[in-house]
Amino acid sequence: METVIRTKDLTKRFGDFVAVDKITFEVQKGEIFGFLGANGAGKTTAMRMLCGLSRPTSGEAMVAGIDVYHKPEDIKKNIGYMSQKFSLYEDLTVLENIKFYAGIYGLTDKQIKDKSDELVEKLGLQSQAKVLVKLLPLGWRQKLAFSVAIVHEPKVVFLDEPTGGVDPSTRKQFWDMIYDASERGITIFVTTHYLDEAEYCDRICIMVDGKIKALDTPFQLKQNFKADNITEVFYQLARTAKRGDD
Amino acid sequence: MRTLKFLLQKEFRQIFRNKNILRMMFMVPVIQLIILPQAANYTIKNINIAVVDLDRSSYSSKLVNKVLSSGYFKLAEFSHTYKEAYHLIENDKADIVIEIPQGFEHNLEREGNQKISLSVDAINGVKASVGSAYLTRIIQDFNGQIRLDWVQPSMMNQMPTIDVASSNWYNPNLSYYLFMVPGILVLLVTMIGGNMTAQNIVIEKESGTIEQINVTPVKKYQFILGKLIPFWLLGVIIFTLGLTIARVVYGIIPLGSIALLYLFVSVYLIAIMGFGLLISTYSETPMQANSLIFFFLQIFNMMGGLYTPIDSMPAWARVITDVIPISYFIKVMRMIVIKGSHFHDIIPHILIVLLMGVILNTWAIINYRKTT
Amino acid sequence: MKQFFSFIRKEFSHVFRDRKTLLMLFGVPVVQIVLFGFALTNEIKNSNIVIVDNAKDMASQQIITKLASTQYFKINKALLSSSQIDDAFKSGDIKLAIVFPENFYNDLLHTNKAQIQIIADASDPNTGNTLTNYVTSVVADYQAQLNATIKAPEQINLDTRMLYNPDLKGAPNFVPGVIAMVMLLVCVMMTSISIVREKELGTMEVLLVSPFKPIYVILAKAVPYLVLSLINLTVILLLSYFALDLPIRGSLILLYAESILYIVTCLALGLLVSTGAKSQYGAMTISLVGMMLPTLMLSGYMFPIENMPLVLRILSNIVPAKWFYIIIKDVMLKGLDITYIWKETLILFGMAMFFLMLSLRNFKTRLE
Repeated sequence: METVIRTKDLTKRFGDFVAVDKITFEVQKGEIFGFLGANGAGKTTAMRMLCGLSRPTSGEAMVAGIDVYHKPEDIKKNIGYMSQKFSLYEDLTVLENIKFYAGIYGLTDKQIKDKSDELVEKLGLQSQAKVLVKLLPLGWRQKLAFSVAIVHEPKVVFLDEPTGGVDPSTRKQFWDMIYDASERGITIFVTTHYLDEAEYCDRICIMVDGKIKALDTPFQLKQNFKADNITEVFYQLARTAKRGDD
Repeated sequence: MRTLKFLLQKEFRQIFRNKNILRMMFMVPVIQLIILPQAANYTIKNINIAVVDLDRSSYSSKLVNKVLSSGYFKLAEFSHTYKEAYHLIENDKADIVIEIPQGFEHNLEREGNQKISLSVDAINGVKASVGSAYLTRIIQDFNGQIRLDWVQPSMMNQMPTIDVASSNWYNPNLSYYLFMVPGILVLLVTMIGGNMTAQNIVIEKESGTIEQINVTPVKKYQFILGKLIPFWLLGVIIFTLGLTIARVVYGIIPLGSIALLYLFVSVYLIAIMGFGLLISTYSETPMQANSLIFFFLQIFNMMGGLYTPIDSMPAWARVITDVIPISYFIKVMRMIVIKGSHFHDIIPHILIVLLMGVILNTWAIINYRKTT
Repeated sequence: MKQFFSFIRKEFSHVFRDRKTLLMLFGVPVVQIVLFGFALTNEIKNSNIVIVDNAKDMASQQIITKLASTQYFKINKALLSSSQIDDAFKSGDIKLAIVFPENFYNDLLHTNKAQIQIIADASDPNTGNTLTNYVTSVVADYQAQLNATIKAPEQINLDTRMLYNPDLKGAPNFVPGVIAMVMLLVCVMMTSISIVREKELGTMEVLLVSPFKPIYVILAKAVPYLVLSLINLTVILLLSYFALDLPIRGSLILLYAESILYIVTCLALGLLVSTGAKSQYGAMTISLVGMMLPTLMLSGYMFPIENMPLVLRILSNIVPAKWFYIIIKDVMLKGLDITYIWKETLILFGMAMFFLMLSLRNFKTRLE
């Protein structure tokens, strides 16, 4: 098995506040790795460090075999990212967004054409390829954003609460796309609020107050905590939290 | 290079799809260049004058006629007393009171001299000084005339007189439009260049797309070039539009080289867009960017030498005019358009603005962090 | 009533918690007063001039010395011939050139007549004109000195008094204008943005479903900005009194009363803008483009209204700041009382009522 993400004692401080406190974990190629935690537990900060958006205060981290300290720019060719904020250009059309992101990731003209045809077809957006993104329903936009985030076939894709505000049936479709990508060998690193979604992950990691409190397969976690589902596991751990919801 | 191509393509699509930007591009130049020069007209004419003629002699009525027929003054009222006339000043009905004392003609002939009093509403300093200067010149003229008419010419000839011949170059008709329109065009390019650049980046910040770009392999300089090039082009287009309006509406044709104007505006846009870029790196929301831009624009507007001469400012204020790029452009614009200055005349100004551009852009690029 | 005060307290804490807005509220007026008051003068001085002295005799030297001793001119350099004047003007800083002919003093002595040529760079018509006048009067002075021994017949002497502003400073004209602008900024822009923000956040609905009459919600919004504007007015008055030596000749009470009338007009306008704007950004744009720009252009303190084309002159009448500017100028600088400004006051009062009614009606229809 190939290790795609490896961290050791990764820490981020903002002044006196320790947002992420010495986290250590590894993620294997093709894995769907879930990151759970209450608001303010440090999930997003940890993810931003791995994406090269935020510099770690201390500790080590490698993504796709590249050190986040020394070559944060090199990481960017190998990762995709989709944030909780909607991140496509609303005033560009579906096709224009796909072509733009494919272009800045350095795909050739032929690749761009093939890829955009393929994506439009796969998403069933043929009739809407020339529609402005802001006119699409939210669910479609999220699916499109995910497709765009992996348009360059990255080694890892980071998804920051990708299904926020999306209806259950679209969420289901969204997870189908995640499985599909994982089968192609793309490692998925996903944070989520929805505890039922955690069950879909290969392994999950629960953060409380910036620290990793549990890390295992959903099955193993339920066994260890003698719980029926992940929700119970989460509440047992979250009860120990000192930081409130912000 | 390929990355830049995609960034530019995206930027142009967004600009041409945005009705607000297009509206601004065409509406603002039209409004500013057509209405503002009409308002910003400091030609001093139609000065309201209240006349208190206590003498009612042939001298005094000749003088009053001379003043009123000069074209600069409009009669507010013939008042019987100074108090009455002063009342007119208080009510903003008169700007100047001229008081001719009783016995004016008599004293002038017998005693050889006589005093006339002028009272000027000086709240507006320009009007007061220009108005009283006109009036002084007219009265001196009148004085010369009566001497010639009434006194023996032989006596006059004994007095050495220096004749002052004055001429006005470059703007013989003393047109205020010729002076203001090029300056207002500079203000326009500044407002649009600086504001659009700042707004555009902050909007991407707010919508989160900038973060998406930050996780891609796009380099800082590529992203910034991708923003600057389209707005630079827009700036040049607006400048062209402005020159066209100046020509069609006001008949202003630059005396100097058009190529030189474009050379300067090219350099200037780099500096002013660097400024917009810098503002955007310091603001989180379009509101904040707007407040900052508004704050600086009003300083540019006041201190750039558009309305009041820079030479008259105190030393500390001249330091401000030295560090804001707009003052150089206003000056160069007027030099080239009105006086037809040459390349070697404006070289120092180009170099300074170029230096400002380099500083502002470098500062902005350093301050635009991809990582926090 | 207690609820009402708690409402007002909430509004105040909004205003005071936002540092950037506060900076704008108090920074803008201070900067404007300092810039307008100290930096911008309508006087023209320190102008660079060049001299082509073909005479190089006693008279030309004496006149040059006389010119140099005034604060109006900085004598830049001597040019050798008139053909260099064009180049000097083109290179930028030179505003005026004076040419003395050969044998200047000689001609003056023997023929009693000599001519000086003044060439002004008339790019800026007022500067050109004013500088020409300055030189003319310096020359006339010199001539009078020469003729001191001969008594000129029928001499008219002028006694010119500059009322209200003997030093011809820029401040007296600008300060009342800045007051009008700043209040507009605070009341229209800040008020409309704050109301629209509550709409955007959805808190306005919460307030409106509370057992509180909408009119009180609006009043609670308005009171803090009224207070802020009065503080601002006081700051500006103190600044102009102590730093700019600008007297306040009229009654302070009248000044404040008229200001409150103007503030109410502006608040009503702010409310009107808020009913029309969809977003904070929209409110800001309408305030700046629709309110600030016309006020800056048409209130009379930046640009003289009497020189404008008829359309603009008519339009200027619907700008409240124009009337307030006249009132403030009259009370503050001329020391006049209400009998002189009742007309302007009445117009402003009418405007206040009109805008208030219009905005309240709009506000209600928006709610239903």
